[in-house]
Amino acid sequence: MSASGLPRVRFDHVTLAFDTPKGLLPVVEDVSYDIREGDFVAVIGPSGCGKTTMMNMLAGFQAPTAGRVLLDGRPVTGPGPDRGVMFQEYGVFPWLTVEENIAFGLTLKANRVPARERAEICRRYLDLMGLAAFAQSYPKHLSGGMRQRLALARAYAVRPQFLLMDEPFGALDAQTRSNMQNLLLEILAVERKTVMLITHSVEEAIYLASRIVIVTARPARVREIVEVPFGYPRDEAIHERPEFGELRSHIRDLVMDEYRAQQGQVRPVPFSE
Amino acid sequence: MKDGLRRSLLVLSPWLALVAVWYAVRLSGLVNPALVPAPHAVAARFADLLWNQGLLTDVAVSTRRVFVGVAVGIALAVPVGFLIGWFRTARHFADPVVNFFRALPPIALIPLVIVYFGVDEPAKIVILIYASFFSGVIVMMEGVAQTNPLFVRVARTLGATPTEVFGRVIVPLTVPHILTALRVALGVSWATLVASELVAAQRGLGSMIQNASTYFLLDVIYVGIICIGVVALLMDLALRRLSARFLAWQERAGS
Repeated sequence: MSASGLPRVRFDHVTLAFDTPKGLLPVVEDVSYDIREGDFVAVIGPSGCGKTTMMNMLAGFQAPTAGRVLLDGRPVTGPGPDRGVMFQEYGVFPWLTVEENIAFGLTLKANRVPARERAEICRRYLDLMGLAAFAQSYPKHLSGGMRQRLALARAYAVRPQFLLMDEPFGALDAQTRSNMQNLLLEILAVERKTVMLITHSVEEAIYLASRIVIVTARPARVREIVEVPFGYPRDEAIHERPEFGELRSHIRDLVMDEYRAQQGQVRPVPFSE
Repeated sequence: MKDGLRRSLLVLSPWLALVAVWYAVRLSGLVNPALVPAPHAVAARFADLLWNQGLLTDVAVSTRRVFVGVAVGIALAVPVGFLIGWFRTARHFADPVVNFFRALPPIALIPLVIVYFGVDEPAKIVILIYASFFSGVIVMMEGVAQTNPLFVRVARTLGATPTEVFGRVIVPLTVPHILTALRVALGVSWATLVASELVAAQRGLGSMIQNASTYFLLDVIYVGIICIGVVALLMDLALRRLSARFLAWQERAGS
């Protein structure tokens, strides 16, 4: 099933520039694309290019300096429980137990549910994420992968329509990362969300996403948008498909190209190629 | 059982060693014995002060002063330190001021305190409040300034209102700093106590030491010093117990 739904999110000629002592520093420049219902959009580009800023605007943490970020036709004005966010640094609350972390969102006024329902939801995600044995533990006892599963459970518990993920698996080792990717695909197969994933891994983008937005070196502009020719559910076997390899080398070329451009910005090279 | 015995021996051993060194110094002949009362003489004096001269009143009076000074000082330091730590701009101009006042030794302020607060109970408490406040403010300020903004962001994406962010995220993150501020303030206050009781105190461990020094009663001075140490140690232990209970989630506490 590919994304065929209505556009839910629209980046409409979005520009964001920071006011620095040296003048305006554009981070995101004239970006336009849509995220449709059920889409899994991966945004990929060289690190430090402004991908995260793009996500922050949709999450409601930053406002564009020009253009609009529209959510169901209305400009985003701030964060909200309709958009669950997962950060690279997990952000699990260390002072709460695993179960209390999952329940946190459900005890807020915005999405309060009766205690019984809350307990059911907690139980469900504890099981789904394989955290049941650690329900009463504090996050200090969890590994990186478990913390990220907890962050995913906590985001899911408030039933968001969107999942925004900022390099969520970047800090994990290769094996854990691959497990997390599969877990994410499994959960999405059970409870579909519209997803925006920021990543710098080409393989991760192809393996998970239905569409890939390749952005340029800073300021981030849309370089190309690629449809991923695989449906869901997916499994590891698609890594071996020839289309996977072709797509990977195509995207890798684009990203490397932008990566070099970024290097060139940071260190002005005195010779020309 | 055997383990418990070994543990208490281990805990006691540095104290026993201290007493041994004390005897050794006295018996070595390197120091005039008149200047170093023997531990057993100090113990005898302790019993005498305890039964006949109301040592417990001195302990209680001093403890009460420290307690009130720390309670008021920290009650003020928590909101002030929080605000300075939370708002970067406030920090910019408040930081040097706080450090200026913290650097002043409370003992140097005593003449001024006498002028403004007289020589009665308020004067002593004011010095202790001063000492606790500034040591507490620094701890709060530094701690709160290091609060990870990520947690606030996460809470907001889950739908938390500003009030909920404060009560459910910022308060729990502030509790460890409050407990640290209390511990630091307690330490500083006991250290300041003797100075504060220089101000014409009738009772209290500090005044007991002051009076004893006038009459060169070395053993009384020793008893006073040991009492201050023991009470301060007990209070610190109690606070640490409290911290361990409230802060079981912290990476360093417990495991």
